[in-house]
Amino acid sequence: MIPAAFEYVRPTTVDEAVQAVAEGGEDVKVMAGGQSLIPVMRLRLAAPSTVVDLGRVAEMRGVRDEGDVLVIGAMTTHAEVIADPLVAQHARLIAEATETVADRQTRRRGTFGGALAHADPAGDLPAVALALDAEMVVAGPGGRRTVPARDFFVDYLTTTLDEGEVLVEIRVPKLAGQWGVRYEKFNRVAQAWSIVAVAAAVRRENGSIAEARIGLTNMGPTPLRASATEAALAGAGASPDAIAAAARSAAEGTSPSSDLNAQADYREHLAQVLTRRAVTAAAGL
Amino acid sequence: MTVTEDAATLTPQSPEKEVGKARRRKEDARLITGRTTWTDNMVLPGMLHMSVVRSHVAHGKITNVDVSAALEAPGVVAVLTGRDLADEQGSIPCAWPVTADMVNPGHPSIAVEEVNHVGEAVAVIIARSRDAAADAIELVDVDYDLLPPVLDMEQAVGGEADLCHDHIDSNTAYHFVFDAGEAGTGADTEQAFADADVVVSRRFVNQRLIPAFMEPRSVVVQPQGENFTMWSATQIPHVLRVMLAMVTGIPEHKLRVVAPDVGGGFGGKLQVNPEEVLALLIARRLGKPVKWTETRSESLMTAHHGRDQIQYIDIASDREGNVKGLRCRILADMGAYLRLITPGVPALGAFMFPGIYKFPAYRFECDGIFTNKVPTDAYRGAGRPEATFAVERIMDELAVELGMDPLELRRRNWIRAEEFPFTTVAGLEYDSGDYDAATQQALDLIGYDELREEQRRRRESGDPVQLGIGFSTFTEMCGLAPSRVLGSLSYGAGGWEAASIRMLPTGKVEVVTGSTPHGQGHETAWSQLVADQLGVPFEDVEVLHGDTAVSPRGMDTYGSRSLVVGGTAVVKAADKVIAKARKVAAHLLEANEDDLDFSGGKFTVRGTPGTALSIQEIALAVFAAHDYPEDVEPSIDADATFDPVNFSFPHGTHICAMEVDTDTGFVKIRKYACVDDVGTIVNPLIVEGQVHGGLAQGIAQALYEEAVYDADGNLTTGTFVDYLVPSAADLPHFDTGNTVHVAPGNPIGAKGVGEAGCIASTPAVVNAALDAVRHLGVQDIRMPLTPERVWRAVHQGGDGGDRAAAPTNAQAVDSAGAPGTSSQGGDL
Ligand SMILES: Cc1cc2nc3c(=O)[nH]c(=O)nc-3n(C[C@H](O)[C@H](O)[C@H](O)COP(=O)(O)OP(=O)(O)OC[C@H]3O[C@@H](n4cnc5c(N)ncnc54)[C@H](O)[C@@H]3O)c2cc1C
Repeated sequence: MIPAAFEYVRPTTVDEAVQAVAEGGEDVKVMAGGQSLIPVMRLRLAAPSTVVDLGRVAEMRGVRDEGDVLVIGAMTTHAEVIADPLVAQHARLIAEATETVADRQTRRRGTFGGALAHADPAGDLPAVALALDAEMVVAGPGGRRTVPARDFFVDYLTTTLDEGEVLVEIRVPKLAGQWGVRYEKFNRVAQAWSIVAVAAAVRRENGSIAEARIGLTNMGPTPLRASATEAALAGAGASPDAIAAAARSAAEGTSPSSDLNAQADYREHLAQVLTRRAVTAAAGL
Repeated sequence: MTVTEDAATLTPQSPEKEVGKARRRKEDARLITGRTTWTDNMVLPGMLHMSVVRSHVAHGKITNVDVSAALEAPGVVAVLTGRDLADEQGSIPCAWPVTADMVNPGHPSIAVEEVNHVGEAVAVIIARSRDAAADAIELVDVDYDLLPPVLDMEQAVGGEADLCHDHIDSNTAYHFVFDAGEAGTGADTEQAFADADVVVSRRFVNQRLIPAFMEPRSVVVQPQGENFTMWSATQIPHVLRVMLAMVTGIPEHKLRVVAPDVGGGFGGKLQVNPEEVLALLIARRLGKPVKWTETRSESLMTAHHGRDQIQYIDIASDREGNVKGLRCRILADMGAYLRLITPGVPALGAFMFPGIYKFPAYRFECDGIFTNKVPTDAYRGAGRPEATFAVERIMDELAVELGMDPLELRRRNWIRAEEFPFTTVAGLEYDSGDYDAATQQALDLIGYDELREEQRRRRESGDPVQLGIGFSTFTEMCGLAPSRVLGSLSYGAGGWEAASIRMLPTGKVEVVTGSTPHGQGHETAWSQLVADQLGVPFEDVEVLHGDTAVSPRGMDTYGSRSLVVGGTAVVKAADKVIAKARKVAAHLLEANEDDLDFSGGKFTVRGTPGTALSIQEIALAVFAAHDYPEDVEPSIDADATFDPVNFSFPHGTHICAMEVDTDTGFVKIRKYACVDDVGTIVNPLIVEGQVHGGLAQGIAQALYEEAVYDADGNLTTGTFVDYLVPSAADLPHFDTGNTVHVAPGNPIGAKGVGEAGCIASTPAVVNAALDAVRHLGVQDIRMPLTPERVWRAVHQGGDGGDRAAAPTNAQAVDSAGAPGTSSQGGDL
């Protein structure tokens, strides 16, 4: 459990970070909280020649209000996200999901941006970012660009981040109107990863469901939206039966893996049950 | 009573008893803060570091080991292969040949020609730093001719099976039989089954588990001329010393073994580890101190595993539920080799399958099977959890078959309080207890009637969350062990324990125990015993242990033996100290020995109020030795060795109430109550702690833990992401209680408590889950009861089956080559 030797750089600004990555050679890795990176380095499944530690880049940390949008710095830790009043007010789904991540120690080091950049299909935050139509602000040698969540997650552990790019912050549109949210996580022991999880945000209008956004965790190599269920819910009555009927299509278009925790058919079943529960709770029923 | 009389009678009276006090453990501050000598903290001048190159294949012939690149690596001092050490490594010892014709294939510490499990050592690297030793591992190239791995016990004993070891002619190490009819302890089993109204047969799987102690294994060896000192994170420094002397030929008196503070073991450090042998051989060869500390992944993959039995259980009874016979056929996975007591674990359990019930007939047969997996050996309970699981599960199955209440069936068949001591069909003499009293108290604790009522309501309303209640009315055999009994079972050693007491000139007391702790709290409990016995303050007692130079004789800690056997040796040594002190006291008080009373640490002369001499004063007197009786030595120190005549048999009733979410298969313990009888309780806090920890481990077998191998023989559950050890967050509040039936077999009156919770809880949990979903047609669910298994059993029938052997992608581990960019994606 000893990582192979590596060079270590600790920039203090985004520009310095981008430069450090550019100068770090082929096997450079940026490190956020290190909660996913360090374990694989210790197991020698990864052996970067240079590690660029973003821990001192102050401008990447914290949450600010930009009118319709909440901006969360990539280096904001899970613990900070959970405690942040702006997140609590405008993006409660993120806080709720983050509370289910790992354990107290890991949440004090792991970061929001690290979890998104890492793009683990079992990670809890990618599906939330997808459900909330978040946008990723990315800095690279050629400047900054903004990528919507639906384009950001490409494959298993893979995002659109190009070599040399750093995720700087995440722009989360505030939910306007009467929204309820719920993150339903299914795992075996308290600090374990999701076997399946469902992030739901539901807007009610006059007793029916006006809009539902549903993100699925660990139902494929990337986070997914339960589009068929979303469509079925749009305009549906806010009743248990309507929700149950809509939830039956939650696994449509998914391609979950089979592993120790669950085989694919069981994951599909769980997606339906958890979608029903998440939407029911988010709809305030 | 007048005031004067009162004072006079009070003087010799003992202070408040220490035994029974919930003392906080005096060793905890240093253990918890880590400010102590864990083996890995040892740093010696010139110390070298060893790392181990391990096989990636489960079964194969080694065709070439290329160490040249590793030898060139910075900091590397030596790289040795199995060939280099073949002549001196001997074989890891197996101390328990359970049958005369048991086949032992031999167990090299480092593979020479063939590897038989993933993780087996194929080369060792010695370097100047731990990092350099770790870095060089990947530079060693090993070529194998692959052989088919033997992984499934039922296939391994079938015709045409591939062989785990090609130099022996089957995969069976031994066939062990206990037949009560033949032993004269019961009736003929076949006849009992032929005559029975009802026979129920089941196949149970006790899955493979990993002891998962907190402190990884670690060893440091220091050569000094022809002498060697080994520090090791071991449960058994004494046994290890003898065994290492026999394996390596280093004379026993030239070898000192020290177990400093040790962070847990659960049986997992009751072993002579290949790495201990290798570190010793290499220190001898290089003449330098050598350290090896394993990583967590190495630990999970290569430290011995536990359990792993397939049990075919038949029970016979009449229509009224009077049991008539029990027949057990067991396949026990040995893994690739026989380690210290690998074959003995199932044999230890052999006598406990009848549990607390009065079976007239009983037959047990066990085959020890070789597979290409890491060897199994002792794990908390060792043999007894397997037995308890089988009997407590089959009693429930019989109750269902008979349409009887499971508790009513148990009551009808268990040994009644007035029948103790009771000789069972397995020939054991159960010492004391009252199963009915414990059960009644446990029912009250859990609020049984309300739970049954709620269960009925949930059933009637078709609630997706169903409730079940499960019992385990268990006993176990511990306090290992009467040496003669061990002899009759062909075990290679005795079961006595030694202690000595040294009275220091200032009146302080050093207690030397041969029972080496690894987290149990011996220092506190022994201090309480000695404080009462000698009448000295608790704080004045220091307990020494774990170093063969300090505590030369001992059998160490396992099998819930320490208090019952080791504590008794301490009490007996204290009695001898008092007897020796009495002579000195008589001399100094100018009284007749027979006129002396000893109480509260003081000798007084009967009928002469006001004269008193404390045992601590006598310690100083014999140190000065100016004035002591002619015919005695000037010392009141004493040794004692205690060999029990019987085991002790703690018992108890455990009740679990379980919620099963039939929509998802998720199971959640709603309530758990247990009442244990562990005889006299020396320290209630320690007892409670042992029960809680035991429950956590027993519940973990039922719900969470399983060592899974894939089709190639790789351990899939190779990290704590996939080998799920529960935390406090996953466990319910435990309602615990005690009944106290003093154990007649030792002067303390204690029965062991180290394993009870772990032995009892597993079947209570599984029975509870089944009770919740029986009405949905579920008969059995394989352990651990993962949500998927439960869901499948409820909705598709069967027992939930094998788990897919792919590791979860939900792991920091092999996921996080942590790409983050599409161009680098999946570049692990
Ligand atoms: C015991 C344990 C349990 C866990 N359980 C859960 C859980 O239940 N749910 C869950 O969602 N997560 C879980 N995690 C993961 C945790 O959330 C991590 O914090 C997260 O996955 C990665 O965040 P990090 O800040 O630690 O990133 P790091 O480990 O530092 O980095 C992860 C990857 O992302 C890249 N990266 C990080 N930041 C950036 C950036 N700004 N720009 C570009 N690339 C970047 C790194 O190069 C690396 O490849 C667990 C972790 C542990 C150790």
